[in-house]
Amino acid sequence: MFTTNASRGLPRHRSRHVAERYSRWAMRSLIGLMVLALLWLVMAFYLHGQWVFALLFLVLGTSLGVVFSRRSLMSHRYIFPAVAGLGVFVIFPLVYTVGISFSNYSSDNLLSQERVRAQLTDQSYQAEGAAFSYSLYQAGELVRLYLESDAPAGDNDRLLSAALNLTNSEVRRAPTQAVDGPPEGEPLPMRSAIQARDALQALRLQTPGGTELRMAGLRQFAPMIDRYEIRDNGSLYDRQEDQVLTPDNDIGFFVTENGERITPGWPVNVGFTNYTKIFTDPDIRGPFMQIFVWTFVFAGLTVLFTLTVGFVLASLLQWDQLKGKAVYRTLLILPYAVPAFISILIFKGMFNQHFGEVNMILEALFGISPEWFTDPWLARTMLLIVNTWLGYPYMLLLCMGLIQSIPGDLYEASAVDGGGPITNLMKITLPLIIKPLTPLLIAAFAFNFNNFVLIALLTGGSPDILGASTPAGTTDLLVSYTYRIAFQDAGQNFGLAAAIATLIFLLVVGMSVVNLRLSKVKV
Amino acid sequence: MAMVQPRSIRARRWGAHLALIGFVSLIVFPLLLVISISFREGNFASGSLIPERFSLEHWSLALGIPWERTDGSVIQPPFPVLLWLWNSIKVAVVSSLLILMLATTSAYAFARMRFKGKEPLLKGMLIFQMFPAVLSLVALYALFDRLGQFVSWLGINTHGALIVASLGAVALHIWTIKGYFESIDGSLEEAAMVDGASTWQAFRYILLPLSIPILMVVFILAFVMSIMEYPMASVLLVDEHKLTLAVGAQQYLADHNQRWGDFAAAAVLSGLPITVAFLICQRWIIGGLTAGGVKG
Repeated sequence: MFTTNASRGLPRHRSRHVAERYSRWAMRSLIGLMVLALLWLVMAFYLHGQWVFALLFLVLGTSLGVVFSRRSLMSHRYIFPAVAGLGVFVIFPLVYTVGISFSNYSSDNLLSQERVRAQLTDQSYQAEGAAFSYSLYQAGELVRLYLESDAPAGDNDRLLSAALNLTNSEVRRAPTQAVDGPPEGEPLPMRSAIQARDALQALRLQTPGGTELRMAGLRQFAPMIDRYEIRDNGSLYDRQEDQVLTPDNDIGFFVTENGERITPGWPVNVGFTNYTKIFTDPDIRGPFMQIFVWTFVFAGLTVLFTLTVGFVLASLLQWDQLKGKAVYRTLLILPYAVPAFISILIFKGMFNQHFGEVNMILEALFGISPEWFTDPWLARTMLLIVNTWLGYPYMLLLCMGLIQSIPGDLYEASAVDGGGPITNLMKITLPLIIKPLTPLLIAAFAFNFNNFVLIALLTGGSPDILGASTPAGTTDLLVSYTYRIAFQDAGQNFGLAAAIATLIFLLVVGMSVVNLRLSKVKV
Repeated sequence: MAMVQPRSIRARRWGAHLALIGFVSLIVFPLLLVISISFREGNFASGSLIPERFSLEHWSLALGIPWERTDGSVIQPPFPVLLWLWNSIKVAVVSSLLILMLATTSAYAFARMRFKGKEPLLKGMLIFQMFPAVLSLVALYALFDRLGQFVSWLGINTHGALIVASLGAVALHIWTIKGYFESIDGSLEEAAMVDGASTWQAFRYILLPLSIPILMVVFILAFVMSIMEYPMASVLLVDEHKLTLAVGAQQYLADHNQRWGDFAAAAVLSGLPITVAFLICQRWIIGGLTAGGVKG
């Protein structure tokens, strides 16, 4: 065990080789560039009002600069990249998830309030008055719009705009004048109108009568009025419905005088609402508790089954009277060597109710054809069967290693005293391996507790629980449940998903603390 | 072992062999079945393990070559399997190399140096390693969504995002390499440093060459884990031509359109190299896996 020269206070190691000094400078400028790039990101995020991300990269950039500029932190340079990776991609997402769990972040409350306001004030509606169909006419480099009223009333029925540049899609006003008929030449094909759509949408044509025309459809211009007017106190006046919308920062929506919500809204802090929902809303609590129990049962039974199979096989393979152990061993760990995403899919096909091999064999032998994917209990049984197949090799390997480390003379002594295999198992093998095995079993439990891939690829959580307000299946584990709430449900309720994820975090922390205690990790 | 042998030893030996053979055939059956199905004609063919109507249709489609049936109709490959495999390998190689670099340097510091915050860092890593990425997917999605606004190669639907996100899984590998470094006597490096080598040089020229085996193991381990990574890839990747194999393969068995035969060929084609690599390196990989207590 030693430290670096720097932290022992020794003078700087001065290289005699020029090349090395160059590489040192190259290193320094690289770090400098990285710090600058990170600071640029900080500015970019900050200017977009995303201060959480700005803060993340500010911390990253500063710590990078500090660690690589202070000689006393020489040792920390070695661990910095890994710790930074862990910080940005594990710890930050964790903290951010906990943060989201206290908000109503969802597909309805996605944008910031400014963006919501901008989206609303962009809305317009068609005022009284006839619409105009239009066509485009080339005028040199530029283009003119010729408009013809759909309901001629005499005045200003045919209008011609000034020559316009339709590659520019900024909002702008353009004058028109009354004419007697279309200009000379052929109108441009529809295609060019589609190409110039953005520019056309940004046009505000002023009629000689003083109304303003806007694009109201692909082939139409009509007098359009901004629907919302911004009031000084931050509320919006809805011209069409003649009502005032006030921003409600408790729920993150604009609300009308009658209390109706206008979507889209923006994310706001809602305190413990998501958590109370999990425990009090019957439509969520019911499925949640069911999934919660099943998750524990699934993880527990998986560990039990895989351990039993693994242990029995390990004991058999450990028997020195047996020949061909290497071959058996290789064949037995095959399920471990095949990528899980492939073997799970193989089972999905095999268990298929109509053409799967499992049902074909059962049909031939017993004349039954179980519905593996539509009956909740059969689906759960199938999951346990597949997961035992996937997981026993790991237990086999663990048990083999542990049994090997038991001194042979213990069995010798037992044999002299007349002990049979059962006595050996209960009095020697099990007591000796259970202690080193426990932390690994807890790790296996935690892994299966969060075994997302199996559920996602095999059943996808189905069959569904009836009467649940969020997508919830009878075979869902807590992890796949949160995944579905966040990414598959139409509502994309990120806040609720994050709240459940936070609860799982707490459980995992509990498990890993117990684990660290038991395994007495030496650091 | 035991000098005292029970008389029935012969019968028991035969019993053990029978039980093992029976169990092994049960275990290997699904794998053999898939190989067999990949050579059967059509997508819903049933039959014995040795195909009665042998056909290379599924293999040809898996390799991306259109297949002409005997009735003259030509079938186009349903999915770009080889492209997915290539994506997987690309992501896995780059991310394993990065993980290897980060894990080795920090394992060196953790094994050989004394510094502030070492113990809490190491313990914290063990705890955080137990949090599956799938739980913070919402946050990761948000992070890469926002990052993509400014850095296009780190946005949603890029391999860059997937590679960078895998760096979070570095803790397990740090522990593995650290254990190995600690088993190597430090006196060689100390001697080098007495002779004027810097800490970095002692690490680079003395310790690293001695640790090639463990570096290989960690590389393979990280590679296998990356190939099998599903949750993050399923959220971060969108376009069909960007998918990795782990995400793409499930499309063969979509609920309304199951291509059992095509899947079998694709599965054997892509699963076999990984399986063989795993079996060849099993001795080392298993040591690392059972020490860490996880499988991806």
